[in-house]
Amino acid sequence: MCTTCGCGTDQVSIDGKPHAHGHDHGHDHDHGHSHAHDHGHDHGHGGCCGGHGHSHDHDHAHGHGHDHGHGAAPTPAHAHAAGTAPSRAVAVERDILAANDREANANRRAFTQRGIFALNLVSSPGSGKTTLLVETIKRLAAELPITVIEGDQQTSNDADRIRATGARAVQVNTGKGCHLDAHMVGHALEHLAPSPDSVVMIENVGNLVCPAAFDLGEAHKVAVLSVTEGEDKPLKYPDMFAAADLMILNKCDLLPYVEFDADRCEANARRVNPSIRVIRLSATKGEGMAQWLDFVRAGAAEARARRAARPAATPCGGHCACAGK
Amino acid sequence: MHEMSIAESVLGIVEDVAAREGFARVSSVRLEIGRLSAIEVPALRFCFDAVVRGSIAEGARLDIDETPGTAWCFDCSATVELASRADPCPACGGGTLQVNGGTDMRVKDLVGH
Repeated sequence: MCTTCGCGTDQVSIDGKPHAHGHDHGHDHDHGHSHAHDHGHDHGHGGCCGGHGHSHDHDHAHGHGHDHGHGAAPTPAHAHAAGTAPSRAVAVERDILAANDREANANRRAFTQRGIFALNLVSSPGSGKTTLLVETIKRLAAELPITVIEGDQQTSNDADRIRATGARAVQVNTGKGCHLDAHMVGHALEHLAPSPDSVVMIENVGNLVCPAAFDLGEAHKVAVLSVTEGEDKPLKYPDMFAAADLMILNKCDLLPYVEFDADRCEANARRVNPSIRVIRLSATKGEGMAQWLDFVRAGAAEARARRAARPAATPCGGHCACAGK
Repeated sequence: MHEMSIAESVLGIVEDVAAREGFARVSSVRLEIGRLSAIEVPALRFCFDAVVRGSIAEGARLDIDETPGTAWCFDCSATVELASRADPCPACGGGTLQVNGGTDMRVKDLVGH
């Protein structure tokens, strides 16, 4: 999409294969953001629309009197200058993330129907998500099948590290995209085909901002924070810690060597999310891993039990709406 | 910069509605963005302008109504207005808050012809 930040989907690949989806609005992608847009209607709010430099202390209190009737569906045309088509205001009232949420719910249904416990691991780059996953797989593989969806802008390095443990992994490369969305995960699941009653770990793109907004269909978002970062990160990036059900404080073996107050960090996380759970551990040294593994075991057991309590599974394994027919 | 994805989702909704209504052009779009929705409004405006180029909504005016964030304060036992998730309760200064409003992102309405 945008060559500046590129959060669009056209550079997405799954295990190196392009994930092409012709969404068919024909913007030509070479936008140099000159913003001299010369569209002829003269709406008079001064200097709006994403000026560069982002000083943006204009308050957008633009008083253009658009009088579209916020009521039910199409309101009648209001008169316009001669020669232009009459314009109509239409009430829309649609959630902007509805499309993502629909796909996330489809993923969630597929997980539920197959007794799969899915986690969405989010963090800054370098907090140790992949190491945590590798160590988790080593310790649990004998009792619990685990597969992994790896999200990174580029390279299959993380998926390679997971595969080295013997576990299956699918690498999603988002190109310049800054987060995984439910659509990418849905496709990755088709490739991954996780077995019933297993665990799917989704390692999101390292980014403490954008992944907060996108439900992937997981049971829980797990925010991983390492003690080499700042203890105030939950306050600096509150949306992510508000969206997470569990915070893992990783690299705790380094606590004696760094200026990091773990208690204060926990208090900060609880300030933005009073109900967040916290586990302190060191993925490399193993301290605290037992508590995390128990969390995964308990979630997997619950997902299994929920599937067992359901009526017979659909022949397709829950991917479609065939309802068993 | 997930504002780019959000802008693309807005355009998807706009195109959908425009097709349904038989519009050739969309001249303005109004959004409601909650102050706790993790959206930077200036960034969203920037991305919207980029995304609508060459589309039915090219050059459309983007109006954004920002709705206040609210949270339940466990100490006050009341809903209070909140500017940021990291803020304490503006009434009692307490830190035990559960956000209960101002996280929505909606396309409210649009004008087309």
